[in-house]
Amino acid sequence: MAEYKGVLIFGEVTNGKLASITTELLGCGRNFADELKEDLCCLLVSDKTGETAPRDAIVFGADKVYTVEDSLLKEYQGETYIQVVERLAKELSPRVILMGQTPVGRDLAPRLAFRLGTGLSTDCVDISVDSETKLLRQTKPVYGGNAQAIFICDAMPQLVTIRAKTMSPRERDDSRKGEVIPTKIEINMSPIKTKIVEKVKEEVTGIKLEDAPVIVGGGRGIGGPEPFKTTLKELADVLHGAVGASRPPADNGWIPEAMHVGLTGKIVAPEIYIAIAISGASQHIAGCSGSKTIIAINKDPEANIFREANFGVVGRYEEVVPAFTTKLKELLAG
Amino acid sequence: MPDIKMVVCCKQVADPEAPPTAFKVDSATNKVSLPRDIKPVIGQYDEFAMEAALKIKDKAGGKITVLSLGNNIARDVIKKTLAVGGDELILLEDESFEEGDSWSTAYALAMAIKKIGEYDLIFCGRESSDWDAGQVGLGIAEILAIPALTLARKVEAIDGKARVEQVIPDGYQVTEVSFPAMLTVTSELGNLRYAALKGIMAAAKKQPIVWKPADIGLEPSQVGAAGRRVKLVKLFQPTKEAKCEIVEGESPAEAGANLAIKLRETKII
Ligand SMILES: Cc1cc2nc3c(=O)[nH]c(=O)nc-3n(C[C@@H](O)[C@H](O)[C@H](O)COP(=O)(O)OP(=O)(O)OC[C@H]3O[C@@H](n4cnc5c(N)ncnc54)[C@H](O)[C@@H]3O)c2cc1C
Ligand SMILES: Cc1cc2nc3c(=O)[nH]c(=O)nc-3n(C[C@H](O)[C@H](O)[C@H](O)COP(=O)(O)OP(=O)(O)OC[C@H]3O[C@@H](n4cnc5c(N)ncnc54)[C@H](O)[C@@H]3O)c2cc1C
Repeated sequence: MAEYKGVLIFGEVTNGKLASITTELLGCGRNFADELKEDLCCLLVSDKTGETAPRDAIVFGADKVYTVEDSLLKEYQGETYIQVVERLAKELSPRVILMGQTPVGRDLAPRLAFRLGTGLSTDCVDISVDSETKLLRQTKPVYGGNAQAIFICDAMPQLVTIRAKTMSPRERDDSRKGEVIPTKIEINMSPIKTKIVEKVKEEVTGIKLEDAPVIVGGGRGIGGPEPFKTTLKELADVLHGAVGASRPPADNGWIPEAMHVGLTGKIVAPEIYIAIAISGASQHIAGCSGSKTIIAINKDPEANIFREANFGVVGRYEEVVPAFTTKLKELLAG
Repeated sequence: MPDIKMVVCCKQVADPEAPPTAFKVDSATNKVSLPRDIKPVIGQYDEFAMEAALKIKDKAGGKITVLSLGNNIARDVIKKTLAVGGDELILLEDESFEEGDSWSTAYALAMAIKKIGEYDLIFCGRESSDWDAGQVGLGIAEILAIPALTLARKVEAIDGKARVEQVIPDGYQVTEVSFPAMLTVTSELGNLRYAALKGIMAAAKKQPIVWKPADIGLEPSQVGAAGRRVKLVKLFQPTKEAKCEIVEGESPAEAGANLAIKLRETKII
């Protein structure tokens, strides 16, 4: 039987820079590697991985960075990426593989688990090493967040995807030393059965949800697309924030899918999250519970959102929000 | 073109829209329980998957086989899939199928699909509405060694191929895949249609086919809890205290203005 050693992170690069989820994974992976006294490796896959991202992977905690470049890897495609991660996972035989619970991680991690014949826990919010068995205790919210499960997997490697913003990155340490290992992995085109024929961008203007210090989230009770562009937008503008939503507005096409917050949407943790006409289903709260302050505006005093919020107003948003915005403007100007 | 053969995987779950206060964990058995008046449902994304298959059947014709794995599957719940237009219902129903992980669940479903034999498209939800794993669809595809596309928001069948709109971070992409393929479906596809009275009556007369592990060539030791790789050690409910301060006013508008004042006073804004 192969010996399983070390921790491998599947890193992601956006616009030539290491994605924030990857620095979070490196932070938590570093802790395990130290505890196990083994190496922390990071895999970066792209058409061009550049120099900044591999270097930063070391700065944030990696000992070895494997870079795999190929023009076929420019865009994420399950069938090509799986070939790379499967090969590297088999060559390195790490005991732990960490990926982000991101669009790529959600698609790639299950494929990898089934290829390697191992188990996978997705969307974990906490993991720790069991001192006795050295296995990972993997904590994952289930039932939309109404409960949490702790799993252990004794098949190797132990594969986990981690929810964004649940792990802390290490401080940047520019003096850290590590090795960048460019790695050639031949992509076999013969098993590729899927073909991307078109990509359509849905423009989201303004601040990205993940980066916004304030998010004004609208729910089904908003009633249509217009108020997202007027009432909610005006409030967001006053606070230099962004507009987000629960799932129904995205399903109904009132807002682009990229603005949807929750278990199956974006995970956000702004300073202030203002939930307007959102009932506060656990699957929605899963996406915004990391917010510092939650404010709820809802006409139903029994709505679950008031169990999650720090401040609340009971009333129809059409009346509450404009007055709230006007007063804020006044206070912020004065 | 011959009829398109489709399989839709639907799981019976505790109603995910039940109020959060209804969910209770029994720490002795590691199980979640809900009050008896809250009936189980078919997973939301599984319903969207069913709708995706029905849309294809509407246009191109075809046969839809619904597959569900579990134990004590409520017939009135799962038969909804027949009432809306499913042609056949197969239940993998046995005590030994219980408490599996994504591996043992996907494996049993894949073996059942193998037994069904002919299939062009397999539909799954992007994730279940209870354990939220998001693995089983991709797992089935890997086990059957067929291509998989995730997060479909629109699916069309054209000339032995599926043309799929997949949700990606900043929009969508159109991807083509040849049959057979597995697709996971997301919420933007649209709600499952309502059953017509005729459908409901026809469904009432149909009996599901029930398969045990042996029917799909598996030992009880290969399914459910016995076949799992990932072991549940504990199920619990994180505690939290409600702490909401309700800001009031003579009118909703005044309450709104008072909220602004409150946030300023507490230096939140
Ligand atoms: C008492 C109890 C004990 C458990 N113990 C464990 C454990 O030890 N380890 C562990 O990992 N998990 C355990 N689970 C959870 C486990 O059974 C999950 O259901 C399983 O891991 C699959 O994940 P999922 O249901 O989230 O499916 P996902 O992967 O999220 O499902 C995606 C899609 O696959 C299809 N699908 C999934 N399941 C079925 C099904 N049964 N029938 C038809 N279609 C389906 C649906 O289309 C669904 O939308 C336990 C659950 C219970 C109730
Ligand atoms: C597996 C799974 C994943 C999911 N993922 C997500 C997710 O990522 N994100 C998400 O949001 N949901 C998700 N959901 C859906 C979730 O369960 C809820 O259905 C959804 O969050 C409800 O959205 P809502 O609060 O906007 O709508 P509703 O629950 O319909 O609530 C509308 C609210 O608006 C209030 N209201 C109506 N009119 C007014 C008015 N004029 N003024 C003030 N208040 C008003 C009502 O009192 C009500 O509280 C998921 C579900 C499942 C099963």
